Amino acid sequence: MEKAVLTVIGKDTKGIIARVAMLLYENNINILDISQTIMQDMFTMIMLCDITECRVKFDALAENLDDLGEKLGLSVRIQHEDIFNSMHRI
Amino acid sequence: MINNHEIIETIKMISEENLDIRTITMGISLLDCVSDCCDTLCEKIYDKITRYAKNLVSTGENIEREYGIPIINKRISVTPVSIISHACRDADYIKIARALERAATQTGVNFIGGYSALVHKGYTQGDKRLIESIPQALAQTERVCSSVNIASTKAGINMDAAAQMGNVIKETAYLTKDKNSIGCAKLVVFANAVEDNPFMAGAFHGIGEGECVINVGVSGPGVVKSALESVRGMDFGTVAETVKKTAFKITRMGQLVAQEASKRLGVPFGIVDLSLAPTPEIGDSVAYILEEMGIEKCGAHGTTAALALLNDAVKKGGIMASSYVGGLSGAFIPVSEDAGMIEAAMCEALSIEKLEAMTCVCSVGLDMIAVPGDTKAATLSAIIADEAAIGVVNNKTTAVRIIPAYNHKAGDIIEFGGLLGRAPVMQVSKYGSDSFISRGGRIPAPMQSLKN
Repeated sequence: MEKAVLTVIGKDTKGIIARVAMLLYENNINILDISQTIMQDMFTMIMLCDITECRVKFDALAENLDDLGEKLGLSVRIQHEDIFNSMHRI
Repeated sequence: MINNHEIIETIKMISEENLDIRTITMGISLLDCVSDCCDTLCEKIYDKITRYAKNLVSTGENIEREYGIPIINKRISVTPVSIISHACRDADYIKIARALERAATQTGVNFIGGYSALVHKGYTQGDKRLIESIPQALAQTERVCSSVNIASTKAGINMDAAAQMGNVIKETAYLTKDKNSIGCAKLVVFANAVEDNPFMAGAFHGIGEGECVINVGVSGPGVVKSALESVRGMDFGTVAETVKKTAFKITRMGQLVAQEASKRLGVPFGIVDLSLAPTPEIGDSVAYILEEMGIEKCGAHGTTAALALLNDAVKKGGIMASSYVGGLSGAFIPVSEDAGMIEAAMCEALSIEKLEAMTCVCSVGLDMIAVPGDTKAATLSAIIADEAAIGVVNNKTTAVRIIPAYNHKAGDIIEFGGLLGRAPVMQVSKYGSDSFISRGGRIPAPMQSLKN
């Protein structure tokens, strides 16, 4: 299974999760885990997704999420899980 | 499973503290391009580089996108040109430099290193001709970088080469005077040059290297500075521990990117260079790390000790994070490329003399330092000899990348733009070293060389 971490950071507003989840659904991505919290005064949502069957290339997916973030006035980024594993686990 | 705190920490490092991969450098051997005809040589060089590095930039960009970590530069290093051009009966070195430039433009890399000669013990005819051509080559190209190794712990210091390099630097400054003598920013004079350095301008693909290799240079002074902010007032043991932990994390990024690049390009992974490489951006400065340790302004007394601790802790932290560590590995102190160094030089807290002392404990040497345009060639040669002596005696790499900025005097500021930044023109000693440099010959290798 190929996994990616999606993070949304910024000011809280209505429909963030709904819109992000919709975009993921449209691209055939399964959400494995989700958590949201207020960290250092910022709304922070972290999702672990299964991108194995994603319909589009990673590039395109990241771009779509960028666009969505811009619309919502938030930072939405998706990164391959390996970057976190390699930095924090031996 | 990675926890949320760790995820946010990584993202903060990238988005706020300027964590990045400084460079993916593809080393390419050009030994099989040798020909006795210069045109054939140039053609072979161009063909081989563009064939091997065809996907280098796009692969770098894909990795950047997928992992969400910026990879600032994609570069190429090649076998020192003096070695592959020896057989040419009609060697036209500028033609070779232009072939390298064309290959760099075609592949989309911003720099190509290896217009180099290794003359630590003596010159061959080819070395001599290549070194003479450096000023023109750098003036007529934009992406070609040059380096000359003039000393080693095993061989001593080639003082003829040190003397010649003073003149070469002056001439390069003159020929690129319309662009603030920027040619000199692409020219490094080494002692104990390493064969797998991914950083420019001193990168070349050593003759002990394989056919093609991927080397990666990491960076992240901002991350170290930020980590040290959380241990203000605590003792040096804590400071060293904090730097080590941070360096470990930074290096893991480098290792990941190096492995991915190597896999996707089908090229063996060489080394990760554990370096703290600053940029002129605020918050990406090595000087600020030293100041965070408690030095009021970089260059004040205590700076050398602070840098020694930093340099050592970076290596200790990074060494376990990567399977192969190499290159220069340590903290860089290029003046024009470091916001804190620029400030310190402008308020005269930092002088060339202090920088020289700092080079005894950092990873390289006198780097990106502008001096008055009327500085004599012999004085530049003497600065080179001083640095080489530090490298040779201490068994480390040292380098000089100095810019005698044409028509500028001490106190002026010269702008290079981009990663090369801006350099305050620093005062050199007003006393001469002419008779010392004019002696020529070779300073014998020190006792440290007799280890067998």
